[in-house]
Amino acid sequence: MAQARLVEKHPLDDIIRADRMPHIWCPGCGIGIAMRCYAHALLRSEVPAEKHVVVSGIGCSGRVAGYMNIDSYHTTHGRAIPFAVGLKLANPELEVLVFSGDGDLAAIGGNHLIHGARRNVDITVICANNFNYGMTGGQLGPTTPYMARTTTSPYGCPELPFNLVYLLAAAGANFVSRWTTLHVRQVIDDILYAFQKPGFSFIEVLSPCPIGFGKSNDFEQGIEEMKFYRERCQLGDGVPLEDLGIDLTGDRPIYVGRFVDRDAPPYTPVRLEGEQ
Amino acid sequence: MTAAGVLTGQHFMNGDHACAEGAIAAGCRFFGGYPITPSTEIAERLARRLPEVGGVFIQMEDELGSIAAILGASAAGARAMTATSGPGFSLMMENLGLGIMMELPCLIVNVQRGSPSTGLPTLPGQSDIMQARWGTHGDVRAVAYAPWSPQEFFDLTVLGFNVADRYRVPVLLMADEVVGHMVERVTIPDPDSIPRWERKRPNGKSKAGFKPFLAGEDLIPPMVHAGEGYRVHFTGLTHDERGYPDMSAEAHDRLVRRLVNKIDLHAAEIIRTEGYHLDDARIVVLAFGSTARSARRAVREARAKGIPAGFLRLVSVWPFPVEELRQLAGTVDAFVMAEMNLGQLITEVERHVTQPVIGVQHAGGAMLPPEPILKAIEEAAGHGAG
Amino acid sequence: MLPLECMLWSWPIGPAGERVLSMRVFARTPLDLEKMARPRGQVYLIPERCKGCNLCVELCPRNVLEPSPQTNSKGYHYPQIREGHEGDCVHCEFCTMVCPEFAIFTLEADG
Repeated sequence: MAQARLVEKHPLDDIIRADRMPHIWCPGCGIGIAMRCYAHALLRSEVPAEKHVVVSGIGCSGRVAGYMNIDSYHTTHGRAIPFAVGLKLANPELEVLVFSGDGDLAAIGGNHLIHGARRNVDITVICANNFNYGMTGGQLGPTTPYMARTTTSPYGCPELPFNLVYLLAAAGANFVSRWTTLHVRQVIDDILYAFQKPGFSFIEVLSPCPIGFGKSNDFEQGIEEMKFYRERCQLGDGVPLEDLGIDLTGDRPIYVGRFVDRDAPPYTPVRLEGEQ
Repeated sequence: MTAAGVLTGQHFMNGDHACAEGAIAAGCRFFGGYPITPSTEIAERLARRLPEVGGVFIQMEDELGSIAAILGASAAGARAMTATSGPGFSLMMENLGLGIMMELPCLIVNVQRGSPSTGLPTLPGQSDIMQARWGTHGDVRAVAYAPWSPQEFFDLTVLGFNVADRYRVPVLLMADEVVGHMVERVTIPDPDSIPRWERKRPNGKSKAGFKPFLAGEDLIPPMVHAGEGYRVHFTGLTHDERGYPDMSAEAHDRLVRRLVNKIDLHAAEIIRTEGYHLDDARIVVLAFGSTARSARRAVREARAKGIPAGFLRLVSVWPFPVEELRQLAGTVDAFVMAEMNLGQLITEVERHVTQPVIGVQHAGGAMLPPEPILKAIEEAAGHGAG
Repeated sequence: MLPLECMLWSWPIGPAGERVLSMRVFARTPLDLEKMARPRGQVYLIPERCKGCNLCVELCPRNVLEPSPQTNSKGYHYPQIREGHEGDCVHCEFCTMVCPEFAIFTLEADG
């Protein structure tokens, strides 16, 4: 080719709400990448698009529901998982996915996260973890790394973050994995796997947030944080779950990979034999 | 039990159980709730009954999860309900607003107890009435009914689901602990005689380009459920007719007004009252729930003493029956509002009439007896002691 | 095993600081080497969606892209093909997958 060809339509435009593009996320934000991985996996899944449903909470990640051209529900802060549970149990044919962020899922939504995992309801949860509350301007959240700077931790975050993989493994999820928005092929593969795997699947996707998090923490642009992932990420096979925490100080690796893949029975509502 | 799981026949049943049976009879097939006195029996009964009829019972981790789950189930097409009391009701307020904004039908039962805070878990109250009206943030119109007997708890549960589905709105059932725990005769009819109003559905042929929040003159948009192929977007953000977020003052005014007007427009179909001796009444008592039982007794005794008292029982508490009240105000000298709180619904009466309104109130914890209501009637009639 | 003479992409430095011009590598020649062709890709852009984040530019494994001097209506420099790299796109689709804006994709080049 001599030149790039300028066009107006993208191959994924049928599965996204192309009439709402460009979306609201900042240049370099990874949420669009994670959403695209979801779109790719959705198109490759055996379940028809009409049966796919996405539920989101509040935050930048929460806007994903509005951009996917499937039945989508943009609910209240922290309550995406129980809403998704209601959807799935009322109509088990639906392929329900919760797309939300670290704050929505693990802070205000923490209780529903652990109970959803404990019950092992057959839904998939994608957690776009950008280490802060991006939509509201970059406040600290339950996954903000120790000593990181945010608007509500101007002197460095004094709290230790969740190790979400460990948390979800302990809570009982059938499938837990962590990747970054750099590991696009693995994210797509894991979402596809999670669709057909019974039980609660949780996929943590680390994502750059250049304006909310990166700017204050030496990642001026999204590409710098992506390069950081490239340098520091390492497959965590065999690493004990409690050692999978993320620490940006020093040079600890960021472990990625599939960490939990088990077959505990998924939640099934009680049915009686010979019900009327 | 009939094929639809309806327990047709005569029963001697407690109010909470009657509510659960009303739900089954109405076709409710999803309950998501959390135990809280005095509503727990509703959950317990449905835990036993829903699996018998192929429904889903799930005890959620808290009330926030409960109301979120029933909204999700409603979005998938199910008739869904939850049951709680004051503290849980407070926790549900945010998602009540989500249900109103997304126009998702559901039933929320609040078996009221002594409030505020932890209050009196095992004793009655009626002090969540204003919260039912204004508890969720924003301009909303509440739809709330208050049963006064186990039989009516059954009947209003059926009505509640119908109203919710027809008008695409969460409906509140504001019972109280007396009605929830008392045991009385409940007659459950044949399934065929139980009315069922279905959700309005789209009648166009094409799914592409369908606008899920475009309403006609009745202000009720047709409902589509997840998985039906319409690829709709539902959001709690202010949205346009396509369901897409629209962050403009114009869109907000348009949407909020339609949601409010939707209930105002149909208020006459939603409101339910019962009148006793209203034709020649010069003093009218208003009451709801268990207090209404005492009010009726007080009115009877007043009549026996020759006082032209009448009783307007509020079966629906919201929307408030303003028209009926104004009509009565044409011929009535005074009103008496009896409620188990320190003066909530009385403000609604006061602002619509010019006559004196005497409140009979206490903060809750015991059923309001007939005596203070009778005393108020006598006072209103000018026959007060001393 | 057949020895394979091969020219290297860049000149490595030997132990005495000398430039190593060639090496003998012992490897098997793939039997279907003639049938295998390196994929060729054509880049497509939707300039109005681009936000100039440069993820595609910096992460393309073949260095095919660079920011162009043109901007879209929002003022962002969308990418263009780097001069001299026109034939280098191998349709690996990494830019397609990593663009957050659904603004770039590749298809197999025709011809």
